[in-house]
Amino acid sequence: MAVIIDKNTKIIIQGFTGKMGSFHAEEMIKYGSNIVGGVTPGKGGTKHLNLPVFNTVKEAVKNTGATASILFVPPAFAADSAMEAADAGIKSCVAIVDGIPSHDMIRIKRYMRRYTKTEKMSLVGPNCAGIISPGKSMLGIMPGHIYKEGRVGIISRSGTLGYEAAQQLKNLNIGVSTSVGIGGDPINGSSFKDIIGKFEQDEETDVILMIGEIGGPQEVAAGEFAKENMKKPVVAYIAGLTAPKGRVMGHAGAIVSAYGESAVEKVEILKEYGITISKNPSVMGETVKNVLSKS
Amino acid sequence: MDIHEYQAKKILSDFGVSIPRGGIAYSPENAENKAREIGGTKWVVKAQIHSGARGKAGGIIICETPLAVAQATDKLLGKKLVTNQTGPEGKIVNRIYIEEATEIKKELYLGLVFDRSSESIMVVASTEGGMSVEEIAKQKPETIIRSKIEVAVGMQQFQAREIAFGLGIEPQLIRRAAETITGCYRAFSELDATMVEVNPLVISNQDQILALDCKMSFDNNALFRRNQVSELRDKTQENSNEVYASDRGLNYVNLEGNIGNIINGAGLAMASMDMIKLAGGEPANFLDVGGGATPEKIVKAFKLISMDEKVKVILVNIFAGINRCDWVAEGIVQALQKIDIKVPLVIRLAGTNVEKGNQILKESKINYIEADTLEDAANKAVKALGS
Repeated sequence: MAVIIDKNTKIIIQGFTGKMGSFHAEEMIKYGSNIVGGVTPGKGGTKHLNLPVFNTVKEAVKNTGATASILFVPPAFAADSAMEAADAGIKSCVAIVDGIPSHDMIRIKRYMRRYTKTEKMSLVGPNCAGIISPGKSMLGIMPGHIYKEGRVGIISRSGTLGYEAAQQLKNLNIGVSTSVGIGGDPINGSSFKDIIGKFEQDEETDVILMIGEIGGPQEVAAGEFAKENMKKPVVAYIAGLTAPKGRVMGHAGAIVSAYGESAVEKVEILKEYGITISKNPSVMGETVKNVLSKS
Repeated sequence: MDIHEYQAKKILSDFGVSIPRGGIAYSPENAENKAREIGGTKWVVKAQIHSGARGKAGGIIICETPLAVAQATDKLLGKKLVTNQTGPEGKIVNRIYIEEATEIKKELYLGLVFDRSSESIMVVASTEGGMSVEEIAKQKPETIIRSKIEVAVGMQQFQAREIAFGLGIEPQLIRRAAETITGCYRAFSELDATMVEVNPLVISNQDQILALDCKMSFDNNALFRRNQVSELRDKTQENSNEVYASDRGLNYVNLEGNIGNIINGAGLAMASMDMIKLAGGEPANFLDVGGGATPEKIVKAFKLISMDEKVKVILVNIFAGINRCDWVAEGIVQALQKIDIKVPLVIRLAGTNVEKGNQILKESKINYIEADTLEDAANKAVKALGS
């Protein structure tokens, strides 16, 4: 199987009946994702898009056997929804929403410490494009048609830069096993390291493209992990060469505040860990192609 | 969001941190009266701008008579202070804080930030107050104490005590010091702050523990539930184009170069800026119109960029997903009907319905240079500078 989701993964949508939830539910269904229902508190028992609506995630899981969920709830309520999913036994949850307070993200992560490793939900996002395993399933908001089926794993903080990479690969006739958007926030559910580890285990992935940016320690942590634990080659691009220090560049997490957080420093450190660097965003595809031809 | 020193002091004092007596003034007369009201024989006149290092820029004046306080206030009000943190354009002084002078026995450093590795709140303290934390880290790294606070249970008394003892504070003052540190922690966690910095935290000759200068920043994503904090925003301290942008839901940062950018997505925006630099140009701004890039946002973005006089070329780079290129192209055409752009325009569209999008642009008779890839767009933008 691919990483996190495949064709059979049963998905529910939290914030199902809202405008965003409805729109993207239809897109995902069109792509072939196995959407089995949704949750909107107070609308339980009704139908939406011909699928059952539940009041709670627990009810939805009990009645549909869903193991994955995607959140389209406003930022003020997103933390609550993510914890509800974790408590209901959802295994993989994607939070698309942009604007969750950092203190709330920390609260979610502390809440999830009550679960053992095997029962713990994997949260991806927030402020991300979601997950797609081309040809199998989409748990996100990306344009599915730009992803060709294949064997490159993509992990990206940015949504549109991830699309750019997928398109470059497609133009070179290279496909993607799974693409995971981990989001642009300072505190996120899954880090580069968390996802890169899953790709190392995945039989359908040969090489990993990691698209990072300024700010935070996660690219470097993933590089260190790759050096010590991985056999598959990793290619990286880090955006933000021209970003000034101390300013937030759109993503709440894209701010250089310590050593090792600028694009130049991250590139230097990743090179030391043996990661192949894509020297600019226009050659992400070509760099992956070169690495593939050597391996 | 940043706030002024006097605002941060008021907040911290509400959480049990002691501060010197002081008051805000908007005119020299006002300042003179404040000085008399505060009493004593020595006052500090402090320019309120969103920047540190004000002392070196002449923004902090010590006075020995109320009349001198008035004169110092007169000198500072309306002035643009340039510090090493404001950029060359400086920041305007509209408010003056008058404070009783403190006789200092010891200067300490106390800061609280999010630690992104451990996803907890980190307290950073040092005996070397008065210097910036970067300077301390460089010159006296051995004096730095770090303590990670588990947010689920909050700061424990022993943790505050450990920090206080680590700072070499005398035993009879430990309790008060621990209360001060705990107060800062509570302000951080209860108000959705992202940074609290007290520098210096001083021990006075009278053995008081006082926050002599403070800075606080807050999580923009949490302002919806912090009305008292969001009211403290002072737009005169922000770049006017950046205020225009943030009021309209655009992510914008003003930069020094001359190639203006309109891009969807923060990562793609940073990547496009990098490409401009590699092509030999300099970006005039960072501008993310949002992953969706709706026509309304694109109109606002063009308006914003057209307000920036240093822009000599505009580069538009949109990767359309669910929002198809044809829709985006219509937005661009719409924008250019409303806003007169006098500089060369390079447009690169990619993603869903790209052919249709490019066709709409071509048929619209707008004057622009079409680009194919990221690299092509950056090269053409730099080349257009010379034309």
